[in-house]
Amino acid sequence: MKIGSTLNDGKATDRINDEIRRRNSDPRGIIFRTFLQLGLFLALLILTVLLVDVVQNGWGTLSTRFGDFLSGTLRSRSIDEKLGVHQGLVGSFWIAVTTAIVAFPIGIGAAIYLEEYAPKNRLTRFIEINIRNLAGVPSVVYGLLGLFIFVNTFGKWTGGKSLLSAALTLSILVLPIVIITASEAIRATPQSLREGAYGVGATRWEVVRRQVLPYAAPGILTGTLLAMSRAIGEAAPLILVGAVTGRLGTNPGFLDLGALKERFVAMPIVITEWTQNSGRDPGFAGAAAAAIVVLLVFVLALNSIAILLRNRFEKRRK
Amino acid sequence: MSGTVTIEDLQTAPRRVRKERNAKFLLLFTALISVVISIVLVFSLFSEAWDFIVGIDWASTWSEGWYPRRGLYDVKTLFVATLITTGIAMAVAGPIGLAAAIYLSEYASSRTRAFIKPVLEILAGVPSVVLGFFALFFIAPEIIGRLNEDASAGSLAAAGVGVGLLTIPLVASVSEDAMKAVPLDLREAGAGLGARKSVISSRVVFPAAISGIVASFIVATSRAIGETMVVFIAGGAADSAGYTHSAFEGSLTMTAAMASLASGTDQVKGEGLTFQSLFFVGLLLFAITFMLNMVADRFVRRVQERY
Repeated sequence: MKIGSTLNDGKATDRINDEIRRRNSDPRGIIFRTFLQLGLFLALLILTVLLVDVVQNGWGTLSTRFGDFLSGTLRSRSIDEKLGVHQGLVGSFWIAVTTAIVAFPIGIGAAIYLEEYAPKNRLTRFIEINIRNLAGVPSVVYGLLGLFIFVNTFGKWTGGKSLLSAALTLSILVLPIVIITASEAIRATPQSLREGAYGVGATRWEVVRRQVLPYAAPGILTGTLLAMSRAIGEAAPLILVGAVTGRLGTNPGFLDLGALKERFVAMPIVITEWTQNSGRDPGFAGAAAAAIVVLLVFVLALNSIAILLRNRFEKRRK
Repeated sequence: MSGTVTIEDLQTAPRRVRKERNAKFLLLFTALISVVISIVLVFSLFSEAWDFIVGIDWASTWSEGWYPRRGLYDVKTLFVATLITTGIAMAVAGPIGLAAAIYLSEYASSRTRAFIKPVLEILAGVPSVVLGFFALFFIAPEIIGRLNEDASAGSLAAAGVGVGLLTIPLVASVSEDAMKAVPLDLREAGAGLGARKSVISSRVVFPAAISGIVASFIVATSRAIGETMVVFIAGGAADSAGYTHSAFEGSLTMTAAMASLASGTDQVKGEGLTFQSLFFVGLLLFAITFMLNMVADRFVRRVQERY
């Protein structure tokens, strides 16, 4: 509306009213908004289609022989009665346990050092940049590291291409994630808590132990859960470290420590193997989908708990 | 009880001092482990890759395809395949991730956000083998197969779309962080001048957050290049691949070539330098993603400095 044009006729007044109140729509704005919503909708749609597709494919196996499937082992034919994921579950279980034992203490320790102790100097900055870079290294490359160090160099102690080598490799893989998330949680601790404790004469370690860690615990736990779910779902490094593809002779129980030094599979490897087998034996596609459902139950449960925990924690702080 | 306070009274008990010192050294030790890991990582890549670089007949790295069992290590096959899948992945993840980010940052009500954010995070948590399965059994026949009837069962295009889906949450969350960091003042100034919401989003917030958005694209590209399982499962080639620049054929990316080398047979075996070629490709992959991550880091830092 040009200033100075006549306002006398009613049409112009209406138009100005509309302009001011935005009653006449803003077509470009609507198109823009619709486009954005479409993007978001697509992301949600994909997740839904993915879940439905996988469950649909795996339903046949899951509904008819769920128990046998969980206790069965790797087989060369998909119609085999004893086909199942037990070896994969054992492998993934020990991978999760090992990352919890190895990566969590080291990662949380490093985070405490960087946030609470480290002086602002070049060494500290170097360590921080280094950790960020490690977090960006592709997972296959960690597989090479594991192959070089755990399988070849220290093969005598780890048993070579063993479950232990694989679990240690994945512990290294998730270490940067643990450090970064724990650092964030520690950084979010209010300074006043620390100052209060210093004021009554606490040492730095006592401040960390009694004030910072309890406050940051839920945040740290969130990070560790996410790291664990990442470790369980990761397949590429395991292939490099020598996970068995084909048939695995042994079928150890969950608490069999000797299995750590033996050849191994894990859930993601079982899935990969069966998916690739489906080329020659289409029945394996259903088995792979069923294995995915089993894996997703664990991974998504870990993720959901982590997310819920963090959201509740953030809400309480506000 | 004497009336004067001595230095000893003010000192911390020796036991506590000792505990403090031990804690500090232990924590420093854990922090240094990450440095050791980096050194070992680079060392292991170089030491094995070096044997390859020294021992290889360089003509075989520029030949008709990637046939490690025959001693042909055509790097360009892997590069082109990587480029194709990464390009397709970014064509999928870029627009969808960015749209989701703008919507979440500028439009969504807090209730919508509270619902959508966790869903995106769940999508981010889906293991890549699952996306590989999905790419091979759903994307390849239902989407790629309809675009091009001649496409092979697994193809670079199917794998690329799968990788793209995997990186959507990354683009969305990093971009959204960047836009959230833009001060409210700028939006209010825009609104004060009578700008509409769409104009504020696209002409004020978007340019102000461009560094972070670029960073999110670079990080996603780096992730897409390094993604292994989707391409290994749905890329339509195993063990070896001839050179192709068609997205509808099967081929091996750098990562898929590594996974193929390491699986199939019981060991990484083959003639001569097969084992070393694994580390050579790994070194290339490491170098590329490392550079991309450094560049992205610089962009992110620029956002942090500005606001």
